[in-house]
Amino acid sequence: MDDKGVAYWKDVIGLIRNILIVWFLVSYGAGILFAPALNSINLGGYPLGFWFSQQGSMYVFIALIFIYAKLMGKLDEKHDVHED
Amino acid sequence: MDLQTITYVVVGLTFALYIGIAIWARAGSTSEFYVAGGGVHPVLNGMATGADWMSAASFISMAGLIAAFGYGGSLFLMGWTGGYVLLAMLLAPYLRKFGKFTVPQFVGDRFYSKGASTVAVICLLVASTTYIIGQMTGVGVAFSRFLGVSNATGIFIGMGIVFMYAVFGGMKGITYTQVAQYCVLILAYTVPAVFISLNLTGNPLPQLGLGSDMAGTDVALLTKLDQVVTDLGFSQYTTNVRGSVLNQFVYTLSLMIGTAGLPHVIIRFFTVPKVKDARYSAGWALVFIGILYPTAPAVAAMANLNLHATVNPGIVQDANFDLMAPDAQIKYDERPAWMNRWEVTGLLKFVDKNGDGRIQYYNDKSTDPKFAAAGWKGNELTVNRDIMVLANPEIAQLPNWVIALVAAGGLAAALSTAAGLLLAISSAISHDLLKDMWMPDLSEKGELMAGKIAMACAIVGAGYLGLNPPDFAAGTVAIAFGLAASSLFPCLMMGIFSKTMNKEGAIAGMLAGLGITMLYVFAHKGILFIKGTEFLGLFGGKANFFLGIEPNAFGAIGAIVNFAVAFAVKNMTTPVPEHIAQMVEDVRVPRGAKAVDGTHAH
Repeated sequence: MDDKGVAYWKDVIGLIRNILIVWFLVSYGAGILFAPALNSINLGGYPLGFWFSQQGSMYVFIALIFIYAKLMGKLDEKHDVHED
Repeated sequence: MDLQTITYVVVGLTFALYIGIAIWARAGSTSEFYVAGGGVHPVLNGMATGADWMSAASFISMAGLIAAFGYGGSLFLMGWTGGYVLLAMLLAPYLRKFGKFTVPQFVGDRFYSKGASTVAVICLLVASTTYIIGQMTGVGVAFSRFLGVSNATGIFIGMGIVFMYAVFGGMKGITYTQVAQYCVLILAYTVPAVFISLNLTGNPLPQLGLGSDMAGTDVALLTKLDQVVTDLGFSQYTTNVRGSVLNQFVYTLSLMIGTAGLPHVIIRFFTVPKVKDARYSAGWALVFIGILYPTAPAVAAMANLNLHATVNPGIVQDANFDLMAPDAQIKYDERPAWMNRWEVTGLLKFVDKNGDGRIQYYNDKSTDPKFAAAGWKGNELTVNRDIMVLANPEIAQLPNWVIALVAAGGLAAALSTAAGLLLAISSAISHDLLKDMWMPDLSEKGELMAGKIAMACAIVGAGYLGLNPPDFAAGTVAIAFGLAASSLFPCLMMGIFSKTMNKEGAIAGMLAGLGITMLYVFAHKGILFIKGTEFLGLFGGKANFFLGIEPNAFGAIGAIVNFAVAFAVKNMTTPVPEHIAQMVEDVRVPRGAKAVDGTHAH
């Protein structure tokens, strides 16, 4: 891979890593590991940990994919590897 | 009009729509047959993916599973949606850039080995076949319960409909019918949910209703539900972990990576024009899935509460309700009509164990002495979980057209998933086996014909298995998700993210992941799920012997083994050829993406 390609791939991996951190925190973190602790907080009639596992995580997943797609588009342009 | 007639009219209208689309969208080339010509708009593809993904299990069974497991049921919600984040970032855009018709073709080209693609084809066929049996039985169930015809007739009608658009239209016909089927199934799922949420909480949005107070009180619905189920001896709804926290964690992970690795979902992303579209399309798919999935836990909790309120009138509204009073439960003779209707189907069963003529529905494994003191002699009502969705409109006393809509929705969910699976199966046969391995000289016309014949045979095969489900049909989660998680997902991911992964590593990894997962599953559930062939004794005889993880959750462990074995073997064997490393570099950048085709570049 030439230098341009290496730099692009490094940015891509960084972006994927960041998204995966959020993905992990909302589902496995807030939805499972910390759910018992979060359940002492209420969001409306929802215990917060329960809300993350049955509602919130899914909404965050949707947002994450669109954020990923948008930022990848920017990376493609920045490194000049975008489609015509 | 009576219920039966309305149901026939509604289901008939949706079928007419699917047939109309079949006539309009016929496939004239292999590109149209395998990838709908590659020109599907990313939003439409997202909608089709939603229908492709949401199966009879999602539509009919998932809410019931959540109702039964409470918080533990979250693993289905997070597992079957979180996988799309992985799919969008790790697989879909790169496989689209690679630009070939099938998933095994990527495996074969990337790992420069017919052996690797053969393993992938076998995994794909086994996973998809197991999955499709559930859809065919789902079609039979929906027909027999709502339309009063036999299971077999239902399956034949379903096969006939799928035949029309899948054989003649291939992916093109399937894509546009899936778009229509999505609309039908989402309406059918949300309309009853909205009414029920309004009834119970006054909030029309079920996603908010689940977090609202009960109508006319200042007690939250979930607080009330927790109190009702614990009073009846069940575990607390909002905190009831499935097995252990570790099991819940690993199960969720297995479903996520299994979701990302299922070929019938992946191939949907070969139909969009660009790499960029594949990324956004995964987001749109999850938007459309995200209308049903967060509704399901609301349906689950509300149907659960409604059922307890039916059996114990006053338990929800009356603050001074005495559950243990002799007249607290309804008399069996005075049960509502819908209970009678579903008893006929066997989904609901009542046995009067203490002979008082009333229905005691509780957890009879509870050690609370109050039940025995009140003369309760065991749980008297057996409720099939599917009833939480199927009978929902009746429990909430909704009009007949809503019930008819639920029937059409269940059929749409089952048929759309079946069609996607059939395409994955027939393209693996006509493209990966026939064209790539046995008859490389096959012309495009010949391959298109072969694809149609393979599709027709797959439909007949699926119908046969739906009518005579083999033992392994019960293992959709264990087999289909286990295979996808332990073999396909790691293999595809390493093919993209490791430039140095060679064929020896990939094949050894797939076989090791697959082997250990199936070993664990079969030890618990029997070889190919045949009763009596369990061999837990070999491992000390204790169920869930590995860290308390249940067999359905084992895919993630298989995936870890796959990665570990693949890298170990890779380091001991010949490095990848230069042109393969070049190919990986090319797959990683979007520029140069071309129309999807079936040729081999190397």
